[in-house]
Amino acid sequence: MEKQVKKDRSMLKEKDILAGYYHDLGHAKEENKKVVYTFVPGNMTELIRVFDAIPVYPEILALQSGMRRISDGKIRVAEEAGHSEDVCTYVKCHVGMILQENIGPTGMKLPDPDLLLCAYSGCFTFMKWFEILKKMFDCPIVMVHVPYQADGEITDGMRKYVTDQLKAEYIPVMEKLTGKKYDQDKMEKMMELSSSAEDDLVEVLQSAKNKPSPIDAFFGGVYYIGPIFNGFRGTVQCCDYYKLLKHEVNERIAKKLGPIGPEGEMKEKLRIVVEGAQPWVRFRDNWKVFYDEDVVCVGATYTKVGGFYEWGYRHDPKRPLDSMADYCMWCMPNMNLPQRVDLIEDYMRKFDADGFIVASIKSCNSYSAGQLAMLKEVEKRTGITGGFIEYDIVDSRYYSLANIKVRLESYFQMLNEKKREGRMN
Amino acid sequence: MTYTMGIDLGSTTSKAVIIDDKEQIVGEGLTNTRSNYLIAVKVAEEDARLDTKLSMMRSAIEDSAPLKRVNDGLFESLLYSFRYRYYSMKIEKLKEYCLETLNQDIYAGKRGNMQAVLDEVFKKIDEQSEAIVQDTLYDKSRFFRDITGSIYMQSVEKIYKDFNVSFDDLVSIYDKAIIRSENEITPLSLSDGIDIGIREQKEMGTLDDNQVKLIREIMEEINKEVVIDSKVGTGYGRQLLPFPKDNIYSEILCHGLGSHHFFPDTRTVLDIGGQDTKAIQVDESGMVTSFNMNDRCAAGSGRFLGYIADQLSIGVQELADLAARAKKVIKISSTCTVFAGAELRSKLSLGERREDLVLSLETAMAKRAMSLIARSGGVSNEFTFSGGVAKNQSMVSIFDNLVKQHYGDIKMNVSPDSIYAGALGAALFAKRRG
Repeated sequence: MEKQVKKDRSMLKEKDILAGYYHDLGHAKEENKKVVYTFVPGNMTELIRVFDAIPVYPEILALQSGMRRISDGKIRVAEEAGHSEDVCTYVKCHVGMILQENIGPTGMKLPDPDLLLCAYSGCFTFMKWFEILKKMFDCPIVMVHVPYQADGEITDGMRKYVTDQLKAEYIPVMEKLTGKKYDQDKMEKMMELSSSAEDDLVEVLQSAKNKPSPIDAFFGGVYYIGPIFNGFRGTVQCCDYYKLLKHEVNERIAKKLGPIGPEGEMKEKLRIVVEGAQPWVRFRDNWKVFYDEDVVCVGATYTKVGGFYEWGYRHDPKRPLDSMADYCMWCMPNMNLPQRVDLIEDYMRKFDADGFIVASIKSCNSYSAGQLAMLKEVEKRTGITGGFIEYDIVDSRYYSLANIKVRLESYFQMLNEKKREGRMN
Repeated sequence: MTYTMGIDLGSTTSKAVIIDDKEQIVGEGLTNTRSNYLIAVKVAEEDARLDTKLSMMRSAIEDSAPLKRVNDGLFESLLYSFRYRYYSMKIEKLKEYCLETLNQDIYAGKRGNMQAVLDEVFKKIDEQSEAIVQDTLYDKSRFFRDITGSIYMQSVEKIYKDFNVSFDDLVSIYDKAIIRSENEITPLSLSDGIDIGIREQKEMGTLDDNQVKLIREIMEEINKEVVIDSKVGTGYGRQLLPFPKDNIYSEILCHGLGSHHFFPDTRTVLDIGGQDTKAIQVDESGMVTSFNMNDRCAAGSGRFLGYIADQLSIGVQELADLAARAKKVIKISSTCTVFAGAELRSKLSLGERREDLVLSLETAMAKRAMSLIARSGGVSNEFTFSGGVAKNQSMVSIFDNLVKQHYGDIKMNVSPDSIYAGALGAALFAKRRG
């Protein structure tokens, strides 16, 4: 039986925020609010909210279905409809959900989209996904092409290329759809709130430098990024959440407490950095393997999927569209491999990590391609051997707890033995 | 003397190893895991304790001048008597379970002929008992299941048609009986078993009363419980062991350390077990420095060879002989265990020879493992092959060639005791942790 753990106030607040979100979605049509389906990486939440529209993130719907262990059935439905076993399981889960009357993970019927906004083109699957949705819903679609950071930098030309698309395509479509003009003042105010929440989130994520770390940056991190990536950035609610979270983290630092794990307070025997996403269908089981071995994740690349702030990026009220364009290009999947390696190395060194794990996703080429090369490069730079695990995001057929346990426990015990013998690099 | 024990609760076999304070192996135990993990551990553990007592007895006899004078083979004679009685009791139990299974309703109507076949078969098994016990006197890596199973199948195959009974029915009876038999402890104490030998030796005039008294004193001393200071568990079912968390180690660390103990200069260990394949790099002290293993798919694991053998209706131990007669290697498109049968049948239907196909499937499987080795860091010095698949000579030879092709003139090691590498590693961790 799962042990019940006392939840932090921030977790309860997040739960309220999400409940409110689903309430708003449920009443969107009757309140004449437009619904925009879009993606988390480089999401343009403020540019949706500024028109009083509500964003819906299909991959969040899929992952929440995974956490509730109802994704497998939806995947089967999509496969029966002809989608190959090798297709991204987020796509199949979402398509299966729509084929089953668009009932969301909470059991509530979701509103159909008024617009499909594909604002991140780095994942080819995203484009194909929205092409499928276009056929299913027959609604307008805007595809913003976002240049890849191939050279590890954002040039003026790249920025202009994105803002031109926002001005020429997205904003006119939204103005027509909502009957509202784009409001620059409102946008600037939202961006001030965004920037404030981002400051607080960075402080929370950087708190893992402490020993013991008061946070778990990979598993706990999933909760910390919830409001900012799930449609609330630029809102007062979001700012309040991060202020509360920061306060709680500071309290933990003062008391020298570790993070709350799946069965209570975590001890910190090893500090680990993780590259890769979560197996949502077995999220708790996976965390439990770390928890049982007293392993705390002090750094994770996954929490940068929606956007990356720790190297200084902030939404800028003085230049809203330019900074929105930068944001689209600053999400982790749009960073090149050397940048992603730099990020892992940065965490390893600055957070004094004992090791790092690369988690490869079976059905996500965009995330997993190059991960083995990254692993070797981080090993070369840090002199620390990395661990490697494989699973899928929401398809439980590709998760074997026994296999994952052998790999993770072996890796952790290997690091522990090295530590015991004083042979850590 | 202090002892530590390592237990490797594998998916196919369970092993126990006891080492002394000089890290020498003094006892080994082995059984099949198939039906019940915890019973399998108990059987393996008891087997290792018994083996330890026998080791102690051997040392004591060799250290005793009056007994050493008897003849150099005194211990072997006593051991033989014990092992023969032990083996006979297991055979008796196996036969009893076969007959009990035969009493099931599904065999009504054909029971008479089937019992006649079983009587003949067990007669054959009995006839070969002396030779088998002699051959396996010190060999602790062969299974009672495999030894008796081989004779049973061969004998049934020869006569079942004469008695007009089904071969499959008789195989099924064996399968059911052996699971019961191998998962129970044989109720023969060391004293009782050795006493049989003492009486025989005395009747033959080899031992006098004084020497018998000496042996019984030794027995009394060593027959006290072998006290194990510390135990470490490992293997696929390690979480089921009733040990404290700190006394559970991953099989990767244990296989690395155990293999290194067998071959201290090895730096790369490849372990292919029933469910998974692990490529392990170790340092000069046997500690794992990196590793890689297959994902949840069992392609290229020992199970893959099991399926091939099943498809060819032969025992897995017969694959190597078949591969040795191969003339060419055919391109194989999949090492997927699920598709192994289809792959095999499609090639056979195209006219390929069984021998060539077995070698080809084994080669494909080895190449898959080579990729794991490369990903774990390659081979730098002495390559050790372990796990159940290392018993297959053909696989050993394929790996020897592949490793030399990829990494140059690297020495390859295969220990006859490699099946115990994980349990040995666990015992070594137990000793080091205290």
